Amino acid sequence: MSFDMAQFHQVFFEESFEGLDIMESGLLDMDPGAADAEAINAIFRAAHSIKGGSGTFGFMNVSEFTHVMETLLDEMRDGRRQVTGDAVNVLLQSVDVLRDMLTAARDGGEPDEERVTAQRADLDRVLADRDAGVPVGDAPEVEGSTSAESPGDVQPIGWRIVFRPHQHLMRTGNDPLRIIRELGSLAEMSAECDIAELPDLESLEPEDSYLSWNLRLHEPIDKAQIDDVFEWVEDDCDFAVIPVMPDSYDPAATAQPAEPDTATADTDKVPLQAAPPPVERRDTADRRKADERRKHAGGATGASSSIRVDIHKIDTLINMVGELVITQSMLGMLGDDFQMSRVERLKEGLAQLERHTRELQESVMRIRMVPISFSFSRFPRLVHDLSQKLGKKIELKMSGENTEVDKTVIEKIGDPLVHLVRNSLDHGIETPEERAAAGKPETGTVHLAASHRGGNIVIEIRDDGRGLPRDKIFAKAVERGLVKADDHLSDKEVYDLIFQPGFSTAEQVSDVSGRGVGMDVVRRNINELGGAIEIESTPGEGSAIVVRLPLTLAILDGQTIRIGDETYIVPLVSIIESIQIDDSMLNKVAGRGETFRLREEYLPIVRMHEVFGIDEHDADELTDGILVVVEGEGRKCGLFVDDLLGQQQVVIKSLEANYRKVEGISGATILGDGSVALIIDIPGLMRLAKQHAGRSDAAMALTA
Amino acid sequence: MSQDNIVALQAVDDEDAGTQYLTFMLADEQYGLNILQVQEIRGWEQVTRIPNAPAYLRGVINLRGTIVPVLDLRRRFDMPVAEYTKETVVIVVHAADPAGGERSLGLVVDAVSDVLVAQDDDVASTPDFGANVPTENILGLVNADGHMVMLLDVGSLLETDRAVGGDA
Amino acid sequence: MAASILAVDDSASMRQMVSFTLKGAGYDVVEAADGVQALNIAKTRAVNLVITDVNMPNMDGIALIRELRALSSYKFTPLLMLTTESSPEKKQQGKAAGATGWIVKPFNPEQLLNTVKKVLS
Repeated sequence: MSFDMAQFHQVFFEESFEGLDIMESGLLDMDPGAADAEAINAIFRAAHSIKGGSGTFGFMNVSEFTHVMETLLDEMRDGRRQVTGDAVNVLLQSVDVLRDMLTAARDGGEPDEERVTAQRADLDRVLADRDAGVPVGDAPEVEGSTSAESPGDVQPIGWRIVFRPHQHLMRTGNDPLRIIRELGSLAEMSAECDIAELPDLESLEPEDSYLSWNLRLHEPIDKAQIDDVFEWVEDDCDFAVIPVMPDSYDPAATAQPAEPDTATADTDKVPLQAAPPPVERRDTADRRKADERRKHAGGATGASSSIRVDIHKIDTLINMVGELVITQSMLGMLGDDFQMSRVERLKEGLAQLERHTRELQESVMRIRMVPISFSFSRFPRLVHDLSQKLGKKIELKMSGENTEVDKTVIEKIGDPLVHLVRNSLDHGIETPEERAAAGKPETGTVHLAASHRGGNIVIEIRDDGRGLPRDKIFAKAVERGLVKADDHLSDKEVYDLIFQPGFSTAEQVSDVSGRGVGMDVVRRNINELGGAIEIESTPGEGSAIVVRLPLTLAILDGQTIRIGDETYIVPLVSIIESIQIDDSMLNKVAGRGETFRLREEYLPIVRMHEVFGIDEHDADELTDGILVVVEGEGRKCGLFVDDLLGQQQVVIKSLEANYRKVEGISGATILGDGSVALIIDIPGLMRLAKQHAGRSDAAMALTA
Repeated sequence: MSQDNIVALQAVDDEDAGTQYLTFMLADEQYGLNILQVQEIRGWEQVTRIPNAPAYLRGVINLRGTIVPVLDLRRRFDMPVAEYTKETVVIVVHAADPAGGERSLGLVVDAVSDVLVAQDDDVASTPDFGANVPTENILGLVNADGHMVMLLDVGSLLETDRAVGGDA
Repeated sequence: MAASILAVDDSASMRQMVSFTLKGAGYDVVEAADGVQALNIAKTRAVNLVITDVNMPNMDGIALIRELRALSSYKFTPLLMLTTESSPEKKQQGKAAGATGWIVKPFNPEQLLNTVKKVLS
């Protein structure tokens, strides 16, 4: 049987990365000096599993590295070593190195050997640091040998084995016959059974073992092979392995165990037929081939992604499919012999089918939902490291980690969240001195919270820092020409300015928040996910960033619109309202493009047929069509379309899979009649409209 | 899109170990595509237009749940534009994407003609003779019963299609 | 009827590997992710062999072996532990709890099968 271990690699890597996360969060929570035994145990188990798995699946470097960590953790667990801050830090760094090694192993790359070696040295240093060790009595683990050594240089020609199981041997699940058979598989063997110890029937315990054996192996096999057979039972029996020397050798020199002299009749000595088929030895070439296969497969599987699904979700799905099958067969029967009198039943059946299909769709979508903790789990480490670097005292609180959200959203929200949390630590929370001076506790708090609200997931990053500097932001915006010095803006409007490209209020560009990747990129990323971002801030008390995201990227609530013969979908979340306008609302300011007044605001008009180059369309006069007022990236505009068709949930399909990204379009969907409709990307469309307007000042209107 | 206008390709016995090409007509010239890269042949049907795409990109269709772009080969190669008729077909081709996975593309051609088996030795390299089709899209030429068949390179069609910008 | 084996490990990849290997050799395999689960399974159905990891949450392998050995139906059942070379004391603890033997990690499928064949023959 040839074996391809590569098939288990993906699961191994997944659980190893999970194990690393467990180790990391466990280490971060660890209180040096007063570590919780169960917490250490959990970290130890994770390391232990990674070590065992990596060894089994052939990643020896990972296994060896983890072994050192495991040893350290084991000593901590047993109380032989104190949990010091230094040890925890070294273990944390080792987790990082291990993550790199596993990533390299998964992707078929090479880990950074220098880093591994350096970290290894660090671990060894901690391990060697006996001061931290709790003194224990010398406990050298010496493997005791119970059998006689083979004497001199003379090679034996066979072995004589005395095997006397203790009475309880069978109660360990071992079986003397199995051991004898195994010995028989090593070499040609003869055996004699000694029943001398067998008690009278009345006093015989059927579950005990009373027999002993004298065995002879007639081939000069390696003694280690014999010892291996007895490995499991060496404490549960007496056994002696005595070499049988060639005739030229003086047998008197070898200690002969006394032949049991109580043996009475010949019939008591039961010769054993012990000739099981020899154990198959695997050809090493086979194994090498398997190794190579594994290497190839390992590289290929690195990129594929999988998802762990709660078994209950699968069960629900299976039940749902069962319902669907029942409905289908019911409809099938109805169709076989259909009469108009049964039309009501047909309608019922179809309604049921629709309901089941919808439920099935929802259940399938739920499979993609994973807890946001997958994204939150990195923050304890980040806050720990960063607060040290910044010289600030910061406590991270998290809540709602089990809130579920689509896997794709999780993958894409990670970086924006990191940026927001970093900002909060860097700019929001003050130094302990500043905080003390302001009469606040020295330790600042950052609260990361997730919750479901409506069809959205809301993530809040709230800190009790100094709040956003309104005046500074305003001054900067004036300096950048984003607003005029005499503009009157609400607080909210001022805070929104930090999302403008290139805006950064940090007095110095620190290596924490960095340069370049600004809040504009964060907002764009969140918008691309179909979400929105808002800021709340109170001077001196702190600020909060509220990120709102759709639960799933696979389905979208859309408004179907028509322009000429073409149908498009506008995401419902982007739509503020749809209106028919009259002349009084229109405002064609010279040099500012077409705008219309909506309550107090003047908003630009985007003529969809012009921007999308649609020749055939119904309405040229703005008053003949409909304006769909939309918002994206904080800007609003009115889309001029021919008609509104209806609202529906659509499944989002990629255009890029076979084509490429199209400006102003975020994807496509398939309508009920099987035709394709494109989904409009509102921010993208606004950019497109700006380009389309070219040098005309409509562009100005759009950015205002 | 009814099932009738989808012609399933039957695997042709590969006796001579040569390469099989599906040949089709385009402005009275015969062209060929490696049959292994042909996914299916469909009748022309209404497509969904892509805004601001080049004129040869007719739009996208729903191919059993995936969105596949359809391009008009006449327009792609700057040949005279023709009305679509009953004979007009869309050949859906697919090839490995250098970026991973596989990409599909529909090609509008005048009509499908035949399946041609050519030994690799029979394929002549492309002469620089100022044909309509850019040389990077041509695999080579093969002589079939006295007339030339130009073999197209599906991979390069997919590539250039992706690279050419629509919003330029 | 094929011999049934209970494979206990908190690591899914290990469990899968053990299970896949044994199933491939025709054994009937039941899986459990920790000692508590394993004990529940062992109480509700008879298995011919238990292979258990040592370090697991909820109930570790040693405790599982002790519990199993105390059940009359598991008095003589082979109970094997999966252990690492680095822990000879674990082997001793396991033996004291009633383990039949151990398989040293890392092991490959052939080693596993040979060992299983050995105790189930």
